[in-house]
Amino acid sequence: MSNNTNDIDNAVTVSNVYKNYGDVEALRDLSLDFPRGQLTSLLGPSGCGKTTLLKIIAGLLPADSGEITVNSQPVTGPGPDRAFVFQDFALLPWATVMRNVAFGLELRGVNQSEREAIAEKYIGDVGLKGFENSYPHELSGGMRQRVGLARALSVDAQVLLMDEPFSAVDEQTRRKFQEDLLNLVKNENKTFIFVTHSIEEAVYVSDQVAILLPRPSRVSEIIRPEGFRHKDATSIRRDSEYLDIVDRIWASLRTYVE
Amino acid sequence: MKIFGYQLPAMSSLILWGILWELVGQFELTFFLPPLSAIFSTLMEIGTTKVFLKALAETGYAFFVGTFFAIVIGIPVGILMGKSRLIDELLLPWVNMFLSAPLTALVPVLMVLFGFGMKSIIITTALFAIWIIVLNSRAGVMQINRSLIEMANSFGASPKDAFFKIYFWAALPEILGGVRIGFIRAVKGVIIGQLLISIVGFGALFELYSANFLMKHFWAVLIVLFSISFTIAEFLAHLERKVAYYAARR
Amino acid sequence: MIRYRSYLLTFLSAFIVLGSWEIAGRIPVSYSFPTFVETITAFWVLLLDGTMFVAYGETLKPLVVGVLISAFLGIGIGLTIGLSKKFDWLLSPVFVVMQTAPLAALIPLLVMIYGIGLTSKVFVVCIMAMPVIVLNTSGAVRNTPASIIEMGQAFLGTKRDIILKIILPAASPIIFAGLRLGVSAGFIGAILAELKITPTGVGDIISYSRSIADYPSMYAAIMSIILLAVIFLNVLERIENFLFKGTRQGYASE
Repeated sequence: MSNNTNDIDNAVTVSNVYKNYGDVEALRDLSLDFPRGQLTSLLGPSGCGKTTLLKIIAGLLPADSGEITVNSQPVTGPGPDRAFVFQDFALLPWATVMRNVAFGLELRGVNQSEREAIAEKYIGDVGLKGFENSYPHELSGGMRQRVGLARALSVDAQVLLMDEPFSAVDEQTRRKFQEDLLNLVKNENKTFIFVTHSIEEAVYVSDQVAILLPRPSRVSEIIRPEGFRHKDATSIRRDSEYLDIVDRIWASLRTYVE
Repeated sequence: MKIFGYQLPAMSSLILWGILWELVGQFELTFFLPPLSAIFSTLMEIGTTKVFLKALAETGYAFFVGTFFAIVIGIPVGILMGKSRLIDELLLPWVNMFLSAPLTALVPVLMVLFGFGMKSIIITTALFAIWIIVLNSRAGVMQINRSLIEMANSFGASPKDAFFKIYFWAALPEILGGVRIGFIRAVKGVIIGQLLISIVGFGALFELYSANFLMKHFWAVLIVLFSISFTIAEFLAHLERKVAYYAARR
Repeated sequence: MIRYRSYLLTFLSAFIVLGSWEIAGRIPVSYSFPTFVETITAFWVLLLDGTMFVAYGETLKPLVVGVLISAFLGIGIGLTIGLSKKFDWLLSPVFVVMQTAPLAALIPLLVMIYGIGLTSKVFVVCIMAMPVIVLNTSGAVRNTPASIIEMGQAFLGTKRDIILKIILPAASPIIFAGLRLGVSAGFIGAILAELKITPTGVGDIISYSRSIADYPSMYAAIMSIILLAVIFLNVLERIENFLFKGTRQGYASE
């Protein structure tokens, strides 16, 4: 079941990255590998630089030093191999669901009929069929994030970067999202990098959880919750290994919570 | 903006514009723009003359009396509108109308009703300032937390107590915001009033200077007016920021 | 009953105000205070004999030209300021000062430079209308939510794409509101120009009827321009609400 960790194929690598904001040291000598086709969570207390790291991988922020590669190519800025899902959805409020989902393709210069055909498929996949002509303000928070997800999927990038994507939706919707995400990882052959501050969420959805500790950020531990990955979505939350890992992570993080 | 890593202060580009003005003036590119330095020395000369001081005093008087009435009438009316639905529905259409109406057009009416003098200018000033004060006070009262009012009622506050101890203070940030915009409008009102009724204050000075093509004098007065109005606006914005702290966490 | 309450109250309120105008005119409180009925009659006379239309043709000319120039230049300058830190530093203070200063005081100077013709009047409208348009536009551009700009970058938008497809549409409600405020200030400028520079158009009706003590006509002319401005601005506001319905919402924070 488990991968052989020696010759694992990494879609994204981060090596020796430093980042300072003025005098504040945000990331110090951070290195981390992201295996292809798996979901890696960046988990840590607030202010631990997990979003900073994600934006550096996305190419939205420059690192002060160190190297990031995606498919062995060094990252110099945003690229077609990565797509981003935003915490606050970042939808265009004046555009319909259709245009929002197709917007990534629009910016890449795909012609209208083609990009709408692609967007149509992903709107259906995320369960928003019939809402193509709705505007974001007519949708619930959960539905808005489905639009953000469909937009990221429709550009067909190999790496999906998700910045606390479910933190602005209510608890029930969130659970549904987490189950859907498991299926997505299984069915789409993509690499997911997932930022969260919820321990349960990280353990539930991840193949690999990287625990980041703050000021300056460094990876304190990498956990691979593997024993229950084959189980179906509904029974994971009762699995004893799942519960053990959640407890263990909380024990190591609790000292960092004010 | 930064130059060599040094952050330039916000309004510092005005110095650059001043230098440019000085150069245009020194090279006598246009008759209408005398050098800034010459304007300032003229300002020093006329700044102490009786005519100038009288104009300043008259304008200041009209301004403060006008805004005084705008505040004393505007705030209670606004609070009443925020409290009572009936009064609100009766008055709101008129307040909204006068807020966006070009009040300049009313100056001739004031002139025939109240004469060519101080009284008309004061009323013009008050008319320019009052509507926004009413509207902001109303908005301030309407956003008061319901539980604050219920708290006052449950502790048995009298209507008078509720008015002065709850409504006024809870709406204060909005009220001050209205007063600030009202003051800026009043500055414009007092000048427009004087321009149209051009026998009092700076209005008379403008007539005198422009009739005699006294450019330096004209600009000197303008600069005084602009600096005073800018200082008032900045001062009030500063005051407003000081109460903003409790606006944020009511 | 409840449904018609607000209409009823508006009507009642108009009735009270106009009624007291009528009564005050009949007492009369002043020799130069006509009754409401006299004013309305004068208004219809001016309207029916065509005087009003000719006058508004004249009055609206500097207003329309001035507002168009201000809109064009103002939005252009506002965008430049909003998009460039250098221009922000250089130009913002000028417009901030213009916004708070009583620019009406410049009118005598403008008359000296451009004479008493249309140019001066257009200039008056421009200096009144431009600052608010510039400041609203630049503020709107600067306040585009950071996350949708980041989204544009993450999905490989070019600088041009991000300006045209993200920043401009995001800023347009505030830009439009700025235009409305500009028109409002422009009305003040146009009227001021007619009263101060040369009496033409509606300003002419006001000045002339005052000089011959025809107060009903004078009041009618003043009432008409105030009503015109209020109605026009109201229509603009409705268009604004219709065009940008809902687009100010839709962010996660709501």
